[in-house]
Amino acid sequence: MLDIDIADLKRISELIYQRYNYDFRNYAMSSFKRRVLRIMELKKLSVEALLKRLTDSPVFINEFLDELTVNVTEMFRDPSFWRVMREEIIPAIMLNHKQFKIWHAGCSSGEEVLSMCIMLKEMGILQDVTLIATDLDVNILERAKAATHPIKNMELNEKNYIRFQGTGNFRDYYKEENGMAVFNKDLMMNVSFRRHDLVLGDIFNKFDLVLCRNVMIYFNQALQNEVLKKFHDSLFKYGYLAIGSKESLIWCDYANRFIVVNNEEKIYKKIKD
Amino acid sequence: MNKFNLNNSYKAVVIGGSAGSFQGVVKILSQLPKGFPLPIIMCLHRLKHVRNGFVEALSIKSVVQVTEPHDKENIKKGGVYLAPANYHMSVELGHTFALSTEEMINNSRPAIDITLGTCAYVYKDKLVGILLSGANKDGALGMKHIHERGGLTLVQEPTECMIDTMPKAALAVTKIDHVLKVDQIVEFLKELDKQYR
Repeated sequence: MLDIDIADLKRISELIYQRYNYDFRNYAMSSFKRRVLRIMELKKLSVEALLKRLTDSPVFINEFLDELTVNVTEMFRDPSFWRVMREEIIPAIMLNHKQFKIWHAGCSSGEEVLSMCIMLKEMGILQDVTLIATDLDVNILERAKAATHPIKNMELNEKNYIRFQGTGNFRDYYKEENGMAVFNKDLMMNVSFRRHDLVLGDIFNKFDLVLCRNVMIYFNQALQNEVLKKFHDSLFKYGYLAIGSKESLIWCDYANRFIVVNNEEKIYKKIKD
Repeated sequence: MNKFNLNNSYKAVVIGGSAGSFQGVVKILSQLPKGFPLPIIMCLHRLKHVRNGFVEALSIKSVVQVTEPHDKENIKKGGVYLAPANYHMSVELGHTFALSTEEMINNSRPAIDITLGTCAYVYKDKLVGILLSGANKDGALGMKHIHERGGLTLVQEPTECMIDTMPKAALAVTKIDHVLKVDQIVEFLKELDKQYR
């Protein structure tokens, strides 16, 4: 059976860092190992062949990143989270600002930002919100921008939407073309997509709400700690941070600068600069 | 009497199950000796979108409160853990949990192969793996990993299973040390418990 030891995984992350300036050295080991093994299997490469390919072929790195990063997501994942967004968090932000900014950090193929736009549209405030969606992987950003997803995913997405109790008809938001659901481009009018590296990138803006759900689970605790500092600095005071339902920040240095707003849905509020 | 020829070197028990395993798991947890010394790490197939209720249902009769770990949570001796809905659950070398939202495996998330495989990697020959009733082959490969790294492998007696696909798949791909009914699995755990007293 195909296997790889930790020393070789470290050689791979070190090479990628030195040569391409992507830093996977602090990724959680179990999933990083699975991702690398998956690429080796897919491309039929041994460890040595993979290292050689990464060294010799700068084109390969994009393909490698696309496979390495986890791009499995669904629209309205955790419908109860979206209900809390609509009924509590967004109204709370609007008490103070008519116009506000949202950052989707690690947006992957864009299902979450699309869900957000649908929700904001149904709330009648889409035009008042600026959304920035970022990811490390340029290929996946192109897919997110296209707002086009396989029609076979729509069954689950629609079920989630119904559980979220959306006020419209989910199918009105897209047209079917060649087995793909092509979403209405107007939904994304206020979204800008940009490449951004959570690990090595700088703080680039201030936000009222940051969503980073099920992204930091791929990082080790040291890196989670660093990234939480960046989110802290990217939020206005009293801004909100949402992470995945089974993630936790309690062991991070900056945890005491946030309060828990909703523990079930893992929504935090920045209370200290 | 030490029917299963056990010793006190084991560090964890991992249990996989799917369709038809719920009653078996409830029985195991309700008859677990008080103060059972090892963590019990469970990956049971479950509805992806139902986050609440399962752990409560399992806990009603269980001797120990069952919990769904957070990402990076430490694995404690005597803790009983259940993989949360719609996440894969791995174990890391530092004896912590790691959750992930990667692709489904064997049409499942959580996938039993991931939990069993990472437990095998971390605990090596100090692991007991138990696979119960189920309707697909998830877990078979994980049991193979456990055996290859020296761990002890148990499956539920297929004739007792509501659906025997899962234990049979494991029996087909790797050596299984014991094929047992749920009552015997309980006996096994009681005997294991005695080794630590």
